[in-house]
Amino acid sequence: MTPIRASIAGAIASLILILVVVELVRGRRLKERYALLWLATGIVLLVLSVWRGGLNTIAGWLGVTSYPPAVLFAVATLFIFLVLLHYSTVISRLTDENVDLAQRIALLEERLSRERPPPREG
Amino acid sequence: MTRVVAIVPAWNEAGAIGGVVDEILAFDPTITVVVVDDASSDETPEVAAAHGATVLRLPFNVGIGGAVQTGFRYARDEGYDVAVRLDGDGQHDASELEKLLGPVLAGNADLVIGSRFVDPAGGYRPPFARRMGIRVFARLVSLLGGQKVTDTTSGFAAMNRAGIELFAVEYPHDYPEVEATLVALRSGLRLAQAQVEMRERQAGTSSITFVRSLYYIVKVMLALLVASLRRYPRLEAARR
Repeated sequence: MTPIRASIAGAIASLILILVVVELVRGRRLKERYALLWLATGIVLLVLSVWRGGLNTIAGWLGVTSYPPAVLFAVATLFIFLVLLHYSTVISRLTDENVDLAQRIALLEERLSRERPPPREG
Repeated sequence: MTRVVAIVPAWNEAGAIGGVVDEILAFDPTITVVVVDDASSDETPEVAAAHGATVLRLPFNVGIGGAVQTGFRYARDEGYDVAVRLDGDGQHDASELEKLLGPVLAGNADLVIGSRFVDPAGGYRPPFARRMGIRVFARLVSLLGGQKVTDTTSGFAAMNRAGIELFAVEYPHDYPEVEATLVALRSGLRLAQAQVEMRERQAGTSSITFVRSLYYIVKVMLALLVASLRRYPRLEAARR
């Protein structure tokens, strides 16, 4: 069985994660789109921390008999992988869009300079 | 002379966009029709321009909210007094613009939303799941915004300069309508609703697929929660 202290610590940590994520969204430092996966992480970890019987059962399925809280670590790690993978796809898209923007600005500036010669600098 | 701009977001709507532009200009040829092309892969921008619209071409797909906000920024920067917003797929009937524009031009409302449910006897009966979703969001926004709203998922709206200036700055980038309604209420805009009918899509496919609807629901719920925790500047001073 999971030690009660481990359950309490897990629950507190998950709650802090959830509160921090909501506060970041409220302060517009995090968009909803990128907050959802973090919130899911916090909620799943909170449920597994509080629902001790469930954690034991899942540990049993996975053959983790000696120390059920290890499942908490495994789940947390899985979610971190998911978040990182998600970010990799986001960064890839941003890279493409950034190049596209730079190209369009170059083309626009060239067209503008043809229509109206730029003032001399300095 | 009140200058009115129609903002029409469009993504791969080549089959419908020409008719949409024609209808708006038939309603009132003095309206500037701005089609915001969200990086369509078909002929949407060419068709829109051929029918007399000003076309803003986004370099890549930014989503419906980002596309519509491009139009609000155009309206703000070009000094328009009133903006209407219609979908590019033809589901909004431009001949009903009178109902939306009336209260704005008369100075009785800052924002008028075309609702399918003001009149309970209205003809629109969406599928059960969608009807429930629309109702739940309407209840939530009414509760959090302090004013009864019947249709928060409608993209058919008219607004004055205060609305344009608010949405040019504050507009969600994806699935924007529900949250934008709440932001408008919390910013102190005077909101009115007008009963409208909406048509079936004329071409193209809805951007809300079954797979995306879960993300849609969770994202909007979070956005509403957070929007009701935020402070918004009250806009009384911006009104004329």
